[in-house]
Amino acid sequence: MKHTISALVENKSGVLARIAGLFSARGFNIDSLAVGETQDAAISRMTIVVRGDDAVLEQVCKQLNKLVDVIKVQDFAGKDFVDRELILLKVSTDGKTRHEVLQIVEIFRAKIIDIKAKSMTIEATGSDSKVDAIIDMLKPFGIKELARTGKIAIARG
Amino acid sequence: MKGAEILIESFRKEKVDVVFGYPGGSVLDIFDIIYKSGLRFILTRHEQGAAHAADGYARATGKTGVCIATSGPGATNLVTGIATAYMDSVPMVAITGQVPTRMIGNDAFQEADITGITRPITKHNYLVKDIDELPRILKEAFYIANTGRPGPVLVDIPKDIQNASTDNKYPDSVEMRGYKPNYEGHIQQIKKAAEMIMAAQRPVIYAGGGVIISNGSEELTKLAGKAGIPVTTTLLGLGSFPSTDDLSLGMLGMHGTKYANLAVQDTDLLIAVGARFDDRVTGKVSEFAPHAKVIHIDIDPTSIRKNVNVDIPVVGDVKKVLAELIKNIKKCDTQPWLKKIAGWKKEYPLSYGKGGLKPQFVIEKIYELTRGDAIITTEVGQNQMWAAQFYKYTRPRTFLSSGGLGTMGYGLPAAMGAQAGCPGKLVFDIAGDGSIQMNIQELTTCVLNKLPVKIIILNNGCLGMVRQWQELFYGGRYSSTILNSKGPDGEKGITFCEENKCHPYLPDFIKLAGAFGAEGVRISKDSEVIPALKKAIESDKTYIIECIVDPEENVFPMVPAGASLNEMIESMA
Repeated sequence: MKHTISALVENKSGVLARIAGLFSARGFNIDSLAVGETQDAAISRMTIVVRGDDAVLEQVCKQLNKLVDVIKVQDFAGKDFVDRELILLKVSTDGKTRHEVLQIVEIFRAKIIDIKAKSMTIEATGSDSKVDAIIDMLKPFGIKELARTGKIAIARG
Repeated sequence: MKGAEILIESFRKEKVDVVFGYPGGSVLDIFDIIYKSGLRFILTRHEQGAAHAADGYARATGKTGVCIATSGPGATNLVTGIATAYMDSVPMVAITGQVPTRMIGNDAFQEADITGITRPITKHNYLVKDIDELPRILKEAFYIANTGRPGPVLVDIPKDIQNASTDNKYPDSVEMRGYKPNYEGHIQQIKKAAEMIMAAQRPVIYAGGGVIISNGSEELTKLAGKAGIPVTTTLLGLGSFPSTDDLSLGMLGMHGTKYANLAVQDTDLLIAVGARFDDRVTGKVSEFAPHAKVIHIDIDPTSIRKNVNVDIPVVGDVKKVLAELIKNIKKCDTQPWLKKIAGWKKEYPLSYGKGGLKPQFVIEKIYELTRGDAIITTEVGQNQMWAAQFYKYTRPRTFLSSGGLGTMGYGLPAAMGAQAGCPGKLVFDIAGDGSIQMNIQELTTCVLNKLPVKIIILNNGCLGMVRQWQELFYGGRYSSTILNSKGPDGEKGITFCEENKCHPYLPDFIKLAGAFGAEGVRISKDSEVIPALKKAIESDKTYIIECIVDPEENVFPMVPAGASLNEMIESMA
């Protein structure tokens, strides 16, 4: 099962390695990991998406909580939360296809942030299914480059 | 104050009375301050020895053990000792030197990323990059090491930080958002546990090292006595409950007593106290205590439901939770259960055969002469299991052994640390001829520091436990486990004594004792055991008794790895 885990941690060097180590020591591949400061510059939020056995992940969350630099851990599995991911995508275009790409961008409420004769760069945010969908739609035109931030998430309410 | 001075000041403030270590280029500033400080510093002969000595000191005294090493190889030599302490929850602060901050990451001479290397084997670690933070970090290091579930904390201090100055004072208290150990067990959970205990017909307490760490032995003994519950302990739980008590089942698990294992397999309520359901205890987990409900008391929430399902978890300090539990409990009617257990005890006592000098016999005689008043450290392997089975531990902090990591070479330096922490006590290292060679250089440290450790080498001419597994599970193909006469091609190797059943191989441990300035005697007969032990005990010297024991002797009973506790091998027959 896929788990989205959010951890509030001290904003210090080495913390990321400690956290990632707890997953890698159990042979889990982290699907995505996004880190950034919170409203308190001394605290960062890490959003980790990982697939694994529920019981083992419960243990990993407990282990995360045990780390001295970790302030709070939430596993969003089965809970109400919102999540977003940002992608930057450079797609091949020419005079014939430009309009079609623009239409897709509009439908997905994405943005064009750079345009050249042979390419457009698009910024899109959304849940991973929306992000996957826009990538799928643009694939036939030829994706030249793609960057994903990984998911960030926060509990509702 | 300079960084190095702050470090020594922190030792004073934390009441550290002895430090083990080894100097080097990146800790010269620290050693220069030690020179003038009056601190009791024990110079080991290897950094691994320093880490194990700090560990042995901590286990024997309950205080935090401290060791110091230089950067690079000095720091990496501590790693095995730190991992050993981590697996067994031993409070330790390891100080390492580091190359100057401007050189970090440049592959400088004797540089190693020791905080990176020790991240998975420390409770926490620090690389100090700002002198202003050093006082706070040291305070936190000691606090983290010996609170909650204890463990090793490493502080890596670059050379320029040792020499830099700050006005920041050593703080009196710590404030960490992410670290707040919980000592009080949830009272409702404790009440539920008490009800479950009183409703049980065949309860068993399974006590681990956590009982000793929390100083909860007295409470454990009271609880067992009040409710009439038999107690089995893990390897590291030995001494948490007097093995001379009628309610004692001895150790459980792979080399536990048959009656302890039968009781666990038959119990309807297993009360796990400060124990973590290690695989050497449970055997095949799915068949462990199959009829039992489980109460689990532990300070570390990650221990709970890690390996087995738990009906009532109680997170808290063992001593406090047990004290509360005692208040909520009345005597239970366990007489029929205790009678059944008494029958098993009579039917399946720990025993051993005859023929040659038996290692078990030697250990029994050590108990007879010391009446359980000595501190026993062990190496790892058959010597360790016999020491666990045949010495009766009646007090906590009298059995020091590498349980979780199983570190050969632990016993001698740990005994040295224990002796430094408990100068009036008689300290024995029960060793095998294989293990003792892993840190034998510390004999020098014992002799020079007048630490009169008694080393019992149970010499069977082989790496006994591995040989035992090869005998049982690998068709007797003794690949690289025979240390005595055979050379690499099976021909006769170098020998030094053929007579008197000596296992003739190098080194000659008695000559070695002499070379290190210790005393030593070699024995091979039952009748020689008591006189040799008496002489060693009376001596104020570091002393080796090399016992030439029956090389065929194995540790029984034995639950093969991965089998259930019912499937015990009781002898070779």
